[in-house]
Amino acid sequence: MTWTRRDALKGLGGIPILGAVWWAGAASTVAKKKERSAILEQLNIQPSLPPAVQGIGGEPVRVGIIGFGIRGEQLCRAMGFATKEWIESMEIAASEAKAEGKEHTALKDFKAQEKLNIKLVGVCDVFDYRAKKAIASFSTKETIVKRYKTHQEMIRSANVDAVVIATPDHWHAPMTIDALENNIHVYVEKPMTHTVEETYRLREAAKNSKAILQIGHQHRQTMSFQTAKDIMGKGTIGHVSLIQTNTNRNDDNGAWNYDIHPDASPQTIDWDLFLGSAPKVPFNKNHFFRWRKWWAYGSGLSGDLLSHDYDRLNCVLDMGIPESVMTSGGIYTHRDGRNVPDVLQVNMEFPNFTTGSSQKKGKEKGMTFVYSATLGNGFNRPTVLMGHDGTMELGNRLTIWPDGRSTRYAEMVEAEKMNPGVPIYQYNPGAMIPDAVASATSQYFADKGLMWTYINGARVDSTFLHMREWLSATRNGGKVSCGIKEGFEEAIASHMAGLSYKLGRRIDWDPKLEILKPIEGIDFDKALLMNPDESEPVIS
Amino acid sequence: MEKKRIKWDLKDTVLLLRLFIGWHFLYEGVIKLYNPEWTSFGYLATAQGPFKSFFLWLSSEGIIGVADWGNKIALIFVGITLLLGIFERIGAIVGIGLLAMYYLAHPAFPWLTQLNVEGSYWFINKNLIELIGCIILFQIPTAERFGLKRIFHRNNELTKTEIS
Repeated sequence: MTWTRRDALKGLGGIPILGAVWWAGAASTVAKKKERSAILEQLNIQPSLPPAVQGIGGEPVRVGIIGFGIRGEQLCRAMGFATKEWIESMEIAASEAKAEGKEHTALKDFKAQEKLNIKLVGVCDVFDYRAKKAIASFSTKETIVKRYKTHQEMIRSANVDAVVIATPDHWHAPMTIDALENNIHVYVEKPMTHTVEETYRLREAAKNSKAILQIGHQHRQTMSFQTAKDIMGKGTIGHVSLIQTNTNRNDDNGAWNYDIHPDASPQTIDWDLFLGSAPKVPFNKNHFFRWRKWWAYGSGLSGDLLSHDYDRLNCVLDMGIPESVMTSGGIYTHRDGRNVPDVLQVNMEFPNFTTGSSQKKGKEKGMTFVYSATLGNGFNRPTVLMGHDGTMELGNRLTIWPDGRSTRYAEMVEAEKMNPGVPIYQYNPGAMIPDAVASATSQYFADKGLMWTYINGARVDSTFLHMREWLSATRNGGKVSCGIKEGFEEAIASHMAGLSYKLGRRIDWDPKLEILKPIEGIDFDKALLMNPDESEPVIS
Repeated sequence: MEKKRIKWDLKDTVLLLRLFIGWHFLYEGVIKLYNPEWTSFGYLATAQGPFKSFFLWLSSEGIIGVADWGNKIALIFVGITLLLGIFERIGAIVGIGLLAMYYLAHPAFPWLTQLNVEGSYWFINKNLIELIGCIILFQIPTAERFGLKRIFHRNNELTKTEIS
């Protein structure tokens, strides 16, 4: 056979084209990869691994639940106890989601959760329906869940080793102190206390108790927050001068207008016991089910949601109590008779705090923490830490952008190896999991990293990890993530924000004396508990 | 000896189309091959339209790895066959299959929210147009004009001639 040049050209001409395209694709990908790994090498960030928790050996830990409302039920699920009603509703939700081609994994996740060596032995709830629901759902042949009328009876029954407190805020401290004084372990929801005074009493009780105390800031278990700690420790974003955290909700559930149960009546609810130290008012279903809307029982945005955002950052930065706080806000979107604000702006000053500096020594010092909240708009404003060298967006995901005027990255920005518009680091452990999140409120918490964390790609309820850590410590000893130091800081910071709102003035902290700087003629606790007249609801 | 052609004819245009489509497929495949972090998960998990559940299944754990590799290999296969001009009709069919999947995962139906797209489309989008391009490549083979097949084909013809 004869070959002409023409044949060769037309027969083999595709080969150089193929080579060129292949080379172009490979070279550009490899070059990008190299650039990225150079940046990552320089950052040297270690994504956090889940902590090892010792198992609960021996006899099961006997747990009593105090307050079996919305949060109480969630905490029980985190411990492995779901009500029949919940399981049924999740089965329906899962099949509905399936019909729409979506996945609803709440029940699947619950069933996959590790079983803890505990027994649920008692329940305290002033509402008969809820107490009965707990007994009917959680009693087994071996263990009948017993109802106790008061927390004192449960704590002194000699039948419980540990209690979980998920009551309105004004009951948190009295119950926690009583349990600690009797060496009963406590898991208490946030905010830890309702007044300044009881925050100190609770700290004393915790110091003198053999029992383990854990405050319910479950996000301390979130892997992205652990990783953020490592990043901040390495000075990756330089000196942080401003932190912005936000609450953005625009639904009834998010504004604490929870459902009112049809069985509720003075006959089924022990109203006096619910009130406790709160002002005596006639039976009021609104107050009972939607207690977060009144200062008498709750703490509004400052205690309810700012406390989470503050602790999230305190977990990453360990910045402690702010030296001063100024707050403003009002009831602007839900004029339904509530007396806690629904729009709130809090500025916390940390003039002596620094996250490290890449500039001349002494040039940078001090930080403001801003919390901005509205219950009238759901636009997602992320949590942002703003440093001289970079910006970090923090939630379940974590993203870092370099700053265009950074000192630390000046050369890399100059050489266009870094671009202020392109993240230099991203941590998204849940990237492989499509989520079907039920409600706007749960999406709110999920975005903030308060609901789940991801371990080896599997979604794990961070509340479960937080409770497991506490339960393990009750048996094996060891430190918990959110003990009295963290709880004390969270409670004081929240109360400072609430007080500033109520008094319309700056609240200062004396770090040496560890007290709020007194203001003449003002009793802080009276001010904090003061119930501004309930304005007539314009819309009910 | 074949007659010298002076005019640029339809086959030449189709040949150009073949090289361009092959070029495009190969580049897409190579980029993914050299980037270990690449995955089709996002594209599949956000799938819409009548075959949504199938694409969601593809994105599920255990399957996604196979889907990713299948995609990479298929892209590169189409690229190589079309650029080199060998097995071009098989390459065109695989290309049609891939493009149909890309289209069906995110069909340009007006009642669906368009995700991950860079233009404005009403039923017809670029994937669909490239798919028609692949059909043309299947119907009008050009490898004999430019491609490895030209060599083999010529060989066969010569053999035939010798026998007869």
